[in-house]
Amino acid sequence: MVATAWNDKTIRWAVIGFGLLAAAGWLLPTWILNNVMFGLARGLAVLGLLVLWRTGLVSFGHALYFGLGAYAVALLEKYTGLTDVFVKFGAAILVAGAFGFLLGFVLRNYRAIFFAMLSLAFSMVLYGVLVKMEVLGSTDGFSVTQYTIFGWDPEGKYPLFCFIILACVVALTIVQLYLKSALGALTTAIRDNELRVEYLGYSVARAIHIKYLISACLAGAAGGAMAMALGQVDPDSMVNWTVSGELVFITIMSGAGSVVAPFIGAIVFEFLRTYAFELAPQAWQLIVGGTLLAIIFFLPGGIWSVLEKPWAKRETDNG
Amino acid sequence: MLGRTVLAGGALAAAAAAGPAIAKDTINVGIATFLSGPAAGPFGVPGRNGAELVIDAINAGTLPAPYAKAGFAGAKMNPIFVDEAGGNAKQVGEYRNLVEKRGVDAVLGYISSGTCMAVTPVAEELKKLTILSVCGTPRVFEEAQRTYVFRTQAHAVGDSIAAAHYVLDKFKDMKSYTGINQNYAWGQDSYKFFDVAMQKMAPETKASENPQFPKIFAGQYGTEISTLSLDSAKLVHTSFWGGDIEAFVLQALVRGFFNDKQVISSVGGSAVDSLGKKFPDGVVMGTRGEYGLLVRDNKEPLNAWFVEEYKKRYDAYPLGPSYQYANSVLALKIAMDAAAEKAGGFPNQEQTMAALKGLSWQSFGGKISLSLADGHQAVHPVGYGITKWDKEKGAATAVDVKFYQPECIYAPAGQNSVEWLEAGMPGAKC
Repeated sequence: MVATAWNDKTIRWAVIGFGLLAAAGWLLPTWILNNVMFGLARGLAVLGLLVLWRTGLVSFGHALYFGLGAYAVALLEKYTGLTDVFVKFGAAILVAGAFGFLLGFVLRNYRAIFFAMLSLAFSMVLYGVLVKMEVLGSTDGFSVTQYTIFGWDPEGKYPLFCFIILACVVALTIVQLYLKSALGALTTAIRDNELRVEYLGYSVARAIHIKYLISACLAGAAGGAMAMALGQVDPDSMVNWTVSGELVFITIMSGAGSVVAPFIGAIVFEFLRTYAFELAPQAWQLIVGGTLLAIIFFLPGGIWSVLEKPWAKRETDNG
Repeated sequence: MLGRTVLAGGALAAAAAAGPAIAKDTINVGIATFLSGPAAGPFGVPGRNGAELVIDAINAGTLPAPYAKAGFAGAKMNPIFVDEAGGNAKQVGEYRNLVEKRGVDAVLGYISSGTCMAVTPVAEELKKLTILSVCGTPRVFEEAQRTYVFRTQAHAVGDSIAAAHYVLDKFKDMKSYTGINQNYAWGQDSYKFFDVAMQKMAPETKASENPQFPKIFAGQYGTEISTLSLDSAKLVHTSFWGGDIEAFVLQALVRGFFNDKQVISSVGGSAVDSLGKKFPDGVVMGTRGEYGLLVRDNKEPLNAWFVEEYKKRYDAYPLGPSYQYANSVLALKIAMDAAAEKAGGFPNQEQTMAALKGLSWQSFGGKISLSLADGHQAVHPVGYGITKWDKEKGAATAVDVKFYQPECIYAPAGQNSVEWLEAGMPGAKC
């Protein structure tokens, strides 16, 4: 298993890249560390959207799972006092996965705009519930203040940064191996011709259900990581449709060319937003939106298409 | 240019960390306020204007006595305005950027209660002096003791208690009440506090079974207005603000709502000016303090200066948030000046905070005292008045204005306000 993973060029380079990032994190100023951490957390959710997108499905409702993950972390801390990152992170994935599994039975029957809108509707149900319930913090939300690693209570954010990097490496490896497996190879086939896939003897509904479950778990993990990195959960930042929109935005900006792309795209997005905000406090949305338009016009394959060429060249050189 | 500012900010922060005695020419202060979105018009922009006006006056030394001395401990303030829109998570990220990337000396502002709750733990973590200006939730200082965070505005429990007092003082025949409030934390809390205060002070009054909680920014209130019209309760409490209060008032006007109902609005002040003579007479209006509409003709010198200069510069009257931001800026100046005098040089953050703790000062809107939460949370009188369009002046005015003193509307230091309210406000002196 480990050997199979290591033989994969993408995984190998990603592990080296993330390893270097973890080492660099020790030296980075805190504000950069924070932005990279937010980017990586969001990147996990975008990785989930990439799995769906390769099948031709766009979800405008993954904030549902992002929010479930984030709230799982926050509520766990608030009501049980558990602060271990592994427990919190596991809870986030479990809660999001459970909902993803159940809703998958409904959503796997829909495609295109119907799929997008139905997922949006489910996410707004959660938004409505959170906003109306005071025990769940209403619009104010809660803060998530502590984290421990196996009973160790670290100072500063660097250990959490390393934990999130570890989570990203694991997620990326699993998704890459999945996409290379027979089930994963159906991804593009389903997009191109569902009927033929059925004739091959595979259940399209089941394949989509699995993809949906993977993407829900990843979005849940992302929400959990975000809640811990940021120290705050609230419906507007975690569950509103704008959050789903941001995730789709980053997916388009990153490009679906590689499992590494979501993380690069998400980090670029964080810095883009930070600088847009700093340069134009009254019109930062315009800069962010304008960048997306420019990418759609000039780089239809996303940021990844710029990196892809030298990458592909190296592959042929080595091969 | 920007690069240089960032570098300068970093250098200043480094200098501040090094020790107290290094005098500064400028301090960089992050000021967060809504610059985009629905809260920008009624809150964010008036707030920014209020801050800007007072910062310029302090930098130039043109404030009236006793604050005529130029600068913040002699330094000029370079304000860095940031947008509060975009959700709490984004604000937490931006707060970190202000402190860790731009190296600000202090952070002021914040309007949304949610944002205040979100940035407070981060301010404590980063150990950066932060003065909250507008937000209302009592939770900020009642959930934990804060060291680096102060709030120069009293919390929302007092707004609702004062509203209940005003109703019981002025409308003695009011037997029952209802409300229309936005369905989010501010709206839910405002009505809950008002309801409990009414029940504790006048148990014989009846709360409607059907208070309305439409979605925030809904814009259309036809159904809610009809439901309220059919309700036997004559008094209607609302904590609507911005576009929502304007839409509600306009839609209620055409249905003759104000002929049958007595509306009490806790923060609708922006609509009184924006709707001008269309705004109905006879609405009870609050401003969360001695601010805005209620003190427009008050000749107290600081207030008169503020109203006149604001009007001259922005061609509008200052609203509640203009006062609230101006008061935070002023509090920082007073604390820094006092700390400088005591330290005999430019004060460091600890010295400034020590001077700010428990401070009591004459602000642009009356006297404010940081007397709760171990000297971190402000109290001040809160008033209500009745709107009346002055034809001769062509301006909105308030009549029958009455202010309620802090000892009447806030829990004594160390007590949880909501529990105190629910216990029937023991020890309140009205």
